[in-house]
Amino acid sequence: MYSDKVIDHFTNPRNVGVIIDADGVGEKVSASCGDRMKVFLKVVDGVIEDLKFQTYGCGAAIASSSMMSELVIGKTLDEALALTNDAVAEALDGLPDPKLHCSNLAADALHDAIKNYKEEGA
Amino acid sequence: MKRIYMDNNATTAVRSEVLEAMLPFYKEQFGNPSSIHWAGQAVSGAVDSARGQVAQLINCQPEEIIFTSCGSEGNALAIKGSAEFLRSKGNHIITTAVEHPAVLNSCKYLEKQGFEVTVLAVDSEGMIDLAELEAAICEQTILISAMWGNNETGTLFPVAEIGAIARKHKVRFHTDAVQAVGRVPVDVQAAGVDMLTISGHKFGAPKGVGALYVRKGMGLTPLFHGGHQERNRRAGTHNVPGIVGLGVACELAITDLAEQDGRIRALRDRLEQGILSRIPEVQVNGHRLQRLPNTLNISFAYIEGEAILLFLDMKGVAASSGSACMSDSFGQSHVIGAMGVDPMMANSNIRFGLGLDNTEEDVDFILEILPEIIQKLRDMSPFYSERAAS
Ligand code: FES
Repeated sequence: MYSDKVIDHFTNPRNVGVIIDADGVGEKVSASCGDRMKVFLKVVDGVIEDLKFQTYGCGAAIASSSMMSELVIGKTLDEALALTNDAVAEALDGLPDPKLHCSNLAADALHDAIKNYKEEGA
Repeated sequence: MKRIYMDNNATTAVRSEVLEAMLPFYKEQFGNPSSIHWAGQAVSGAVDSARGQVAQLINCQPEEIIFTSCGSEGNALAIKGSAEFLRSKGNHIITTAVEHPAVLNSCKYLEKQGFEVTVLAVDSEGMIDLAELEAAICEQTILISAMWGNNETGTLFPVAEIGAIARKHKVRFHTDAVQAVGRVPVDVQAAGVDMLTISGHKFGAPKGVGALYVRKGMGLTPLFHGGHQERNRRAGTHNVPGIVGLGVACELAITDLAEQDGRIRALRDRLEQGILSRIPEVQVNGHRLQRLPNTLNISFAYIEGEAILLFLDMKGVAASSGSACMSDSFGQSHVIGAMGVDPMMANSNIRFGLGLDNTEEDVDFILEILPEIIQKLRDMSPFYSERAAS
């Protein structure tokens, strides 16, 4: 039911972990299933230099987190803010319909982290 | 890759003896048992003997067996058929929060038709309270439907006690015994059951065949109308190969019960003990003692069930999960939810349903790979690092 890309990112998720002195931390809990994602950012000159995440969730949630991290590391904050759920799902070669909401978790947690970074007035 | 199947509560492989017995009824003995000619009559004897085999397994008369297409049909026929038949006597039905959707949704449907339904709560082990059951009975009560063994946790209801209460109050008692038949002794007389649902594919018969026991003298409105097969209680051409297969599976089940209670139970306990001793912060869901011998439902804190299942699947192990993130159903398992299990634990429950084909090597293999899978997922989980930090 999952694409090879989903399985690849689920089995070997990139950028899992915590950044202790993160510049921004974001978090999202899915209203529909209770799954949860936390995102840590390192920002240098408006560019996401590093990103780590922690995910409590299904295979699609873990794969979406991993894919999201690959899509935005090295990108500017504005580019990262433009990342949509659809883009994450697309980069994973799609998700099964009932699992589309799992990609929300990744994009929303990322946006929350950027918001937190901006609020911290860095 | 080694393949281990531990989802026998979902379905089982057809037993070789069952398949052997079925095959002639597709080609050489293809007659319709309702036909009076040689081709039909050759076959009707086979349906009769299957009826006898099913009756023998659950200790009833052959004519008390109605062949159905599956457990869901049996449950619907028992519940809707009774409700409609008994409507003039009352409109109240009692069931439990942990029933299979075939039962719960039949009750919900009847609610829309003006019936009142009391849904009994369960405790943390998935057990109902008999005093509560008895207190729920009123003048209007026409039916109690309570399962024999739970499909998710394996918890066994005290069926004989429920039967005694039902008799005392002259209320009809139906039990969904789909998970119990073939795994634990099922005797409708001893248990005081009036109607009992059987599904073939849960114990070595093929999918698409089941049976409903209906005690003699109990009227029932059929679900669908047509010919007068099954004494006018279930119209439709008999699924002869399936029925023959079900009969043989029932006959085999009589001797298998010892193995279920011995070898399979021992394997299940070995798996349970192994997990408990190797992995911290786990929880067994269901009744510790009153439980199907083949079922282990276990939760792993801080992580989510589907992710565990995916890793198990990659290693060739088929199990199942009632968690929120199941491929095609959302929301927590209603069974685990009704037991009041902490949501995080509820989201990570895995069900191992052992079967006759499982071996000690299967169990040991799972015990070897599971701790690593759990740790890998925990290392990714924000809950796990927060708990480690606190
Ligand atoms: S089902 Fe919860 S995020 Fe996938």
